Amino acid sequence: MTRFLSHSLLVILSFIFLLPFGWIASLAFKRQIDILMTNIISPISYGNFIKLFASKESTFSNDILNSLFVGLSSTLIVLIVCSLASFTLTRLKIEKWLGMIIFGWVLVFHMIPPITFIGSWFVLANSLGLFNSYSALIIAHATINLPLGLFIITNYMKEIPNEIQEAAVIDGASNYQTYFKIFLPLLIPGLFTAGIIIFLFSWNDFMISINLSAKATQTVPVSVATYAQQYEVRYGEMAAGSLVSLVPGLLLTIFANRYIVRGITAGSVK
Amino acid sequence: MENRLKETDRYWNVLSLAPLCLLLFFLTIIPLLSLIYTSFFKVTWDGGYLYEGIGFQNFFDLVENKFYIPGVKNTILFALITVIIQVVIAYAIAIVLNKIKYRVIYLSIFMLPILLPPIVIGSIWRLMYGFDFGLFNYLLSYLGVMPIDWLGDPKMAFISIVILDIWHWTPFSVILLITAIEGIPKDILEAGLVDGTNFLKEAYYLITPLIMPTIIVASLFRFIMSFKVFDEIYLLTQGGPGTATEVVSFSIYETYFESDNIGLGSAMSVTTLILIILIMYAVQKIYIKLRLNAHD
Repeated sequence: MTRFLSHSLLVILSFIFLLPFGWIASLAFKRQIDILMTNIISPISYGNFIKLFASKESTFSNDILNSLFVGLSSTLIVLIVCSLASFTLTRLKIEKWLGMIIFGWVLVFHMIPPITFIGSWFVLANSLGLFNSYSALIIAHATINLPLGLFIITNYMKEIPNEIQEAAVIDGASNYQTYFKIFLPLLIPGLFTAGIIIFLFSWNDFMISINLSAKATQTVPVSVATYAQQYEVRYGEMAAGSLVSLVPGLLLTIFANRYIVRGITAGSVK
Repeated sequence: MENRLKETDRYWNVLSLAPLCLLLFFLTIIPLLSLIYTSFFKVTWDGGYLYEGIGFQNFFDLVENKFYIPGVKNTILFALITVIIQVVIAYAIAIVLNKIKYRVIYLSIFMLPILLPPIVIGSIWRLMYGFDFGLFNYLLSYLGVMPIDWLGDPKMAFISIVILDIWHWTPFSVILLITAIEGIPKDILEAGLVDGTNFLKEAYYLITPLIMPTIIVASLFRFIMSFKVFDEIYLLTQGGPGTATEVVSFSIYETYFESDNIGLGSAMSVTTLILIILIMYAVQKIYIKLRLNAHD
């Protein structure tokens, strides 16, 4: 009886969480006229996707490439920077205050609304002539995700047994060798977890992209927002664009949900 | 062994920490200092930035600003309401979920709102809240209820944003709480079974006290993170109607990027930073106090 009740409750909840996505998916295959008339049953139309990908004034395919490029590059930067730092800070003998300052400031930075920094990044990028450049966008995305990267990787780093490190030292391995030959291979699940989460957050980011990019480098969320912002909202294309932008999140949720759960937990509870 | 490696250690330490420290220095410390500096200037753009020192004027303007103070008040109210409701719902879900064997299927579905682009979630909800052809009013019409102006009426707009945020972030707390419950040693719960606990007794006497620290952390963490809310506001209400849904991040964005008032925008950012750091400090004190009580 309790089992039955639990399952019914959870199924209803699943429905509540899925409903908005089902709704947007249905809109994506409707014509604007059917959306405006609230026709629940209507002929299936691929017009929105055709307009999105094939029409001349649409930049959507380019936006996807931008998103992928910015997302992958910034993720790679975060993984390299954070795994190096995390190794030295948690595994080597190093002045205690240094670690405290770095972790402390990273935590504070993580909690602060990003908009407070984006203003001065914008001024900085403008002064250096980097506004609307990939490098500004990539570095900004990497910086905003540094805290998560550092927390998640450190969480995994601490789990690697001390004996392994001691064995390496006894065998005369340098720090360089210990990091690359011993820790990095053991850290792959951690890098994978951090990588998934950071890529998704970069892919999802709107606030940085809207302020640091223009037409040529804009990412998918910016482009979806543009469809919603125009004088005459283009619901169909907005829905189709939204649907496409959900793909990475959906795929990773299906195939890597264990890692994501671990990543979310490791990134928040200190 | 430390002596033997001392030379290389130094190089390694510097080289391995340098990337992180350089990024943090140039993209967080320098901007922070520049924010503080800029907040004392009136900045105009004329092919290059022109700075004109005006002392504390920006901070006086900020108090008088139509949006900032209401934004701060709204954000705090919004954070309090959403966090309390989210954690209560998440707790209930986690307790139920704990009894299910293949909970990973449900969990994957519940995770979706956190992992998908917030701006897309904003655009979906904007469509659902639509007055004339939104999903909600469409469903209500079947129940014979008059259409609700979800985003146009000041009170309703705030409630609509709260509902959206609860939908969006409850799963986050669910994940934290279910992980905490999974971490409870099995023999404790088995001992409970031997003593004849039922579902509710187990939840109340065993699980709740054991995951109390996580409940506290989840609440405090979400409270601070609520100050980041931006994307949904941007798409759904732009802070309106009036200042009904104005939030801190949006006020700063508007001042800095829409009105190009960089000086005032910096002053708002600095004030917000100080506010958040004060709140973090208070939160830490509360956390320590609550944890001590939870152990009594």
